[in-house]
Amino acid sequence: MSNFAKTFSSSLGKKLVMALTGLFLCTFLIVHLIGNLQLFKDDAGQAFNAYAYFMTHFTPIKVVSYLLYASIIIHAIYALIISIGNKKARPVAYSVQAGSQNSPWTSRNMGILGTILLVFIVVHMGDFWWKYHNAELPYAKYEISLDNPNNIQVSELPYDANRLVHSEITDLQARKQVVISKDLYKIVNNAFQTWWYVLLYVIAMAALSFHLIHGFRSAFQTIGWNNSKYLPLVRFLGVWVFGVLVPIAFAAMPLYFFFK
Amino acid sequence: MNLTLKVWRQKNADTKGKFVTYQADHVSPDMSFLEMLDVVNEDLTKKGDDPIHFDHDCREGICGACSLHINGRPHGPKQGITTCQLHMRTFKDNDTVVIEPWRAEAFPVIKDLAVDRRAFDRIQAAGGFVSVNTGGVPDANAIPIPKVIADEAFNSATCIGCGACVAACKNASAMLFVSAKVSQLALLPQGQPERYRRVQAMVAQMDAEGFGSCTNTGACEAECPKEISITNIARMNRDYLTAKLIKQEEA
Amino acid sequence: MKLDAKIPEGPLAGKWSKHKFNLKLVNPANKRKYTVIVVGTGLAGASAAASLAELGYNVKAFCYQDSPRRAHSIAAQGGINAAKNYQNDGDSVHRLFYDTIKGGDYRAREGNVYRLAEVSVNIIDQCVAQGVPFAREYGGLLDNRSFGGSQVSRTFYARGQTGQQLLLGAYSALNRQINLGKVKMFTRHEMMDVVKIEGEAKGIVTRDLITGEIETHAAHAVLLCTGGYGNVFYLSTNAMGCNVTAAWKAHKRGAYFANPCFTQIHPTCIPVTGDHQSKLTLMSESLRNDGRVWAPKTVELAQKLRKGELKVTDLKEDDRDYFLERKYPAFGNLVPRDVASRNAKEIVDEGRGVGASGIAVYLDFAEAIGRLGEDAVRARYGNLFDMYQQITDENPYKQPMRIYPAVHYTMGGLWVDYNLQTTVKGLYCLGEANFSDHGANRLGASALMQGLADGYFVIPYTLGDYLATIGPDAVDIKHIAFEDAKKSVVDRVNHLLSLKGTKTVNEYHRELGHIMWEYCGMARTEEGLIKAKGMIRELREDFWKNAMVSGTNNEFNQSLENAGRVADFLELGELMVDDALNRKESCGGHFRLESQTEEGEALRDDDNYAYAAAWEYKGDNQAEVLHKEELVFENVKLSQRSYK
Repeated sequence: MSNFAKTFSSSLGKKLVMALTGLFLCTFLIVHLIGNLQLFKDDAGQAFNAYAYFMTHFTPIKVVSYLLYASIIIHAIYALIISIGNKKARPVAYSVQAGSQNSPWTSRNMGILGTILLVFIVVHMGDFWWKYHNAELPYAKYEISLDNPNNIQVSELPYDANRLVHSEITDLQARKQVVISKDLYKIVNNAFQTWWYVLLYVIAMAALSFHLIHGFRSAFQTIGWNNSKYLPLVRFLGVWVFGVLVPIAFAAMPLYFFFK
Repeated sequence: MNLTLKVWRQKNADTKGKFVTYQADHVSPDMSFLEMLDVVNEDLTKKGDDPIHFDHDCREGICGACSLHINGRPHGPKQGITTCQLHMRTFKDNDTVVIEPWRAEAFPVIKDLAVDRRAFDRIQAAGGFVSVNTGGVPDANAIPIPKVIADEAFNSATCIGCGACVAACKNASAMLFVSAKVSQLALLPQGQPERYRRVQAMVAQMDAEGFGSCTNTGACEAECPKEISITNIARMNRDYLTAKLIKQEEA
Repeated sequence: MKLDAKIPEGPLAGKWSKHKFNLKLVNPANKRKYTVIVVGTGLAGASAAASLAELGYNVKAFCYQDSPRRAHSIAAQGGINAAKNYQNDGDSVHRLFYDTIKGGDYRAREGNVYRLAEVSVNIIDQCVAQGVPFAREYGGLLDNRSFGGSQVSRTFYARGQTGQQLLLGAYSALNRQINLGKVKMFTRHEMMDVVKIEGEAKGIVTRDLITGEIETHAAHAVLLCTGGYGNVFYLSTNAMGCNVTAAWKAHKRGAYFANPCFTQIHPTCIPVTGDHQSKLTLMSESLRNDGRVWAPKTVELAQKLRKGELKVTDLKEDDRDYFLERKYPAFGNLVPRDVASRNAKEIVDEGRGVGASGIAVYLDFAEAIGRLGEDAVRARYGNLFDMYQQITDENPYKQPMRIYPAVHYTMGGLWVDYNLQTTVKGLYCLGEANFSDHGANRLGASALMQGLADGYFVIPYTLGDYLATIGPDAVDIKHIAFEDAKKSVVDRVNHLLSLKGTKTVNEYHRELGHIMWEYCGMARTEEGLIKAKGMIRELREDFWKNAMVSGTNNEFNQSLENAGRVADFLELGELMVDDALNRKESCGGHFRLESQTEEGEALRDDDNYAYAAAWEYKGDNQAEVLHKEELVFENVKLSQRSYK
């Protein structure tokens, strides 16, 4: 085996893979969240649709997105490999094990939380990513007044295979900008009218919260980045940003559409 | 006080074990847990039964021989002590106490509650030393070591090799043990020449023994009778990854 | 056989250097043709095994524990002495030598003790090089403390667990050799006998404690590093497994046993609470650096305290008797162990003992807490205080500790010459198992020093001399002597297993312990000893009739292990009593009530007893024969020990 192969098949190497992919997914969450905040804009989805187009058609981002898909898959596969190994390491289970008295619940249930998240990611991507790329979606036409950007007229255009996913024309005579985008916003809006679907999202975000409360900090421990001067910052970010802020902000989106 | 004991009995490594229930009556709160078992064993012996086998030696919390998973926790419900230091006043009258051996692939049961922990010795033998022969070493004060570093190395060195970390870990991982041993020498100047060779050799042996992976639950730290910190694990991770990914020499 | 200690001629300070030069060397290319057996992996055993393997010998090491790291050296708390004079306070090799000889009440050999002091400085260097984390000053240099009545600060320490750290150092050196294939380690193996061919030790018989297999192992020399026999008292600070079996079997095969009655009773142990008690816990005597030992002034007050009618913290200063400070103004609470222990016993005998049982005195930190603050006291003794509270459920920051002496160390052991060879050629004895360096009383922080001195710096030289003499021809494991020894072991095991009486082995052990503690403990009389001898004989006879041993040989059988060890203790006990009877003087840990000064201090009789008593085994139930090794003192003047 080569040096790298040996490294990544060792127990510590496998954990490094988990940590690095995990941290990469965390950075993605931030980007995804900032983008998705466009959903809260009162512009009938114009900004959100523009953002969706940008994310799917700007080459560097596309490259990163494939890295991201790979990370999710590797993170899940390595988790499975490690879990199987861990199971083998204790062939006879204890009849009583008081885990709650020596370790946080989150840390002992990363596999369950991760599985929930994986199911969620599949559903989530199927409903939005897949549909955006492949389904025959209608288009939204935004006519934005150049004099008053808050004055937006929206109309729906039917699916047309020849139409660009996103186009922008500025009509100086009419003093307006015409933007035509594939209408992902509508899909989002429609999806979040169903209560159980919203609930699925909220549950998934709760799982995300618990997964990251342990996972973020744990990744730094695995990498060996535990400088006592910065450790409190890592802990703070892990709990308050990735454990609280990010999941709540994400969960707010379906709730926003449901109650809107 | 009177207690009901559910004790794991297993004749040897090749046979299947099972729980057997014993009654321990008139237990004095001043007894240690092992002394309570001694009394039970005296009764069993007198009845012609095989006494319960368990490892123990110094009975003052330093040799690391005693083990026992008591009511779901290695070394019982109290923190920072070994089973031999656990006193019966910790329990209440009529309590049921479940006593199991350490459970891990790498710690096979020898008999009843005694397990084979030689995997730890093999990990140590793989690299847990400074290669100096007897004689021919510099004067002890020729190597000044900052007090904070010496103290930190000492904290790592307090490990008694009992295996509670493995027993507590839901993955039966030996990371706390190995990292404490690696850290002690990685912190000290004496350990530097072999620092990266050592960590690689010891981790390789740890993996070969069949211990699980660390998932940073912190159970090991919570149950360690010497309260060794998982900071050691981070330190070992760092050294290992540095050795594998950055250092050029096949040290 | 006349005992020849083989002490080199010439001035004291040059003896060891001269001797080292005169010792034969083994050709480096020949070293790998030799095999050496090391029994026991404590400080002496692990350091010897590692050092010999480093030289190139093949080593087979044995221990009864599941790991060599668990040997009871691990439990030593306080520290290790070395004549480094890092503190510039007047220490020197000669002073350490003098203190040790004097502390041992002039019953140790000058030559051995001087060598011990001489190599003590190398030990610290060696341990530091291995990565032993000794306590350090802020400047990064090693810290020292004064320990156990010493007037210089020469004790190196690693918080409260110096023994563990030193043993882990030796264990790491041993591991290195295991990794290199030079040491083959046999854990969970108990040595059952020594094999002799033509009068020389050529191997051992062991029992695999897991499978019960009786095995023979051949070697060019056998080193016993098997520790002390304090467990003959049942309750002691020794580990549960500590035993005399290896040394006793060697004794029966011709190794003389020297000064068996010299046992050390450590003053600062946690008192017994009841019959269930399986062992006693020692607290480092460094506690006496700041703690003050006292007892109530009157029996009445003591009774009130025992009944709980009076709280200890309510006792007025005037009602307290700080008896060590009162009797020994120069040393106060820091008098040597034997003196401190005996005074505690006197207090209890007078009826002034405290605690529910009345068998304890106080060790009080109130003054230290007032002077230094609770935090400073916690920093120094926190782990010991926690341990005390864990065991007794009393808070020593708020009320005085209760302490009482307990058996801790045995100065006696197999007789060895200057080369550490017993009276059986090729059979060596190191560490606590031998008798050589501590005389009648061991000073604090000297046990670790001796174990490591023997293992690291003495045996690697002296063993070579013997090996060079006998040559590297392989030992024939098929020799009839191995078969015979194995058979006698099998017979004994079967005999033990056939015992299906009514009393457990533990009960015998406890009874033996009571007899030893009562009659051969802190104070001994001729009458008591004679009585004890009879009682031990009866007990031993009863053991072989009425003991019960469960299980079979072919399994992990702790009952059988224990039975074998207790059977040997039952024989050793009688020899200890014989030795104590023979020695009509008081010296060190051996206090004969018949021999005391007007002030009640131990009174030596140098004219008649300045010798090491080496006992020769003559057969089962036969009186052992005494051989005297006269001790020659050329460099110290024998004086009555005074700590006033």
